[in-house]
Amino acid sequence: MSSSSSFFTSSLGRKFVMGITGIFLITFLIVHVGVNAMVFLDSSGELFNTAAHFMGTNWLIRSMEFVLFAGIILHIVQSVVLTRANKAARPEGYAVSGSNVNSKWYSRSMGLLGTLILMFLIIHLCHFWVEARFGIWGGIPEGTVAGTHDMFAQMKIIFSNPIIVAVYVLAMISLSYHLMHGFQSAFQSLGLNHYKYTPAIKAIGIWYSIIVPVLFALMPLYVHFVINK
Amino acid sequence: MSEGNMNLTLKVWRQKNQKQKGELVTYPVSNVSPDMSFLEMFDVLNEDLVEKGQEPIAFDHDCREGICGMCSMFINGRPHGPKEGITTCQLHMRSFKDGDTVVVEPWRATAFPVIKDLVVDRSAFDRIIAAGGFISVNTGNAQDANALPIAKEDADKSFEAAACIGCGACVATCKNASAMLFVSAKVSQLALLPQGQPERYSRVQNMVEQMDKEGFGNCTNTGACEVECPKGISLENIARMNRDYLVAKAAH
Ligand code: SF4
Ligand code: FES
Repeated sequence: MSSSSSFFTSSLGRKFVMGITGIFLITFLIVHVGVNAMVFLDSSGELFNTAAHFMGTNWLIRSMEFVLFAGIILHIVQSVVLTRANKAARPEGYAVSGSNVNSKWYSRSMGLLGTLILMFLIIHLCHFWVEARFGIWGGIPEGTVAGTHDMFAQMKIIFSNPIIVAVYVLAMISLSYHLMHGFQSAFQSLGLNHYKYTPAIKAIGIWYSIIVPVLFALMPLYVHFVINK
Repeated sequence: MSEGNMNLTLKVWRQKNQKQKGELVTYPVSNVSPDMSFLEMFDVLNEDLVEKGQEPIAFDHDCREGICGMCSMFINGRPHGPKEGITTCQLHMRSFKDGDTVVVEPWRATAFPVIKDLVVDRSAFDRIIAAGGFISVNTGNAQDANALPIAKEDADKSFEAAACIGCGACVATCKNASAMLFVSAKVSQLALLPQGQPERYSRVQNMVEQMDKEGFGNCTNTGACEVECPKGISLENIARMNRDYLVAKAAH
């Protein structure tokens, strides 16, 4: 006897979608940070430009771009639906809250951290993705080969502004805390909790949430303080 | 005042009924013995109130030994007070200091409406149990216990889940007012045993569906419930419920 209610509109189904899109976005970040790391390997920017060109033109990567946007949108939509339901589940709060004793502040602030990340994402997309695709604000400088983009040059322009560098670094702090809870939480929501593997998942999650955002944050700092000097 | 006794300031939620708005009312209580339980302190306060011709504070309690789950009090921001692994009735006044202010509120959740003062209606839990938290057996003699081999670890895990007393502290403390720790304990205790297998996948679907209907929030894995649960119910149960639900929806 199967009940008729739909999986995707149930509480557990929505949590499942949050978890699976979260893990997908986590794997995306690895690819992204890998491409960024080219800047540290070759400060002339050539290696980075080659990698960026591949990412921007390879048909498989380009089709994954749609999946990526779909993943981000699903993650956001589900979180909005869930957060609204959660607010409705407790309209009247407590006079005294002892939540600091029983849980981490960032585990309770995923919505806020996620909103900060979304705001950053919009700025970030405008800086690079929108410019590369549509060239709304003058486009990306042309590369050495005609018709290609010199993403490295664009980076040098964007990160010459210290305020933008600061925004990027602060966003990576939000990302770090978001991942600190989200990484292991995603596995729990998928039902993947096992005494043999969960300690490892949690440890990897902590390392991931530190290393990846730090690598991301280092890039604007490196461009601003080292390459642009 | 005898030695070691203390004076406290209580701030207690008073609310006439479900409809009317409530508020925190301040009651100074003096000469409280550290050996009293928290509920005994309330008994003394209530006797005082009755003597003064005032309405006593309504609060739930029954066994007063940590097994019935009735004594729902949100004390200084935490369900069942500052200690872990106990219920309000097992909390003693020695956990407080002379001069302390103690704020006592009811469980707060849409699914647990306040009936009066500190008493909330937890029948949403009963309806979730009725939706699937049982096994169907034919009547007749109970079969020999050893006829059905059960792995020790499974028996232990099932027993741990079965320790849930349905107090609702998990809902009360959860920032989302989610009931998933409770429901997962009730799903798990049966999912781990052979007797629970025939209805395993319909049970988890029906109970989750009822949980959603009651208007509880959605778990965000903050883990507060596990810390505050007086019976130490583990988050592993929520993962098991998530798993079973996924399998149930995919294949049953
Ligand atoms: S899971 Fe724990 S806190 Fe929740 S109802 Fe059961 S015993 Fe109470
Ligand atoms: S009164 Fe029964 S558990 Fe506290």
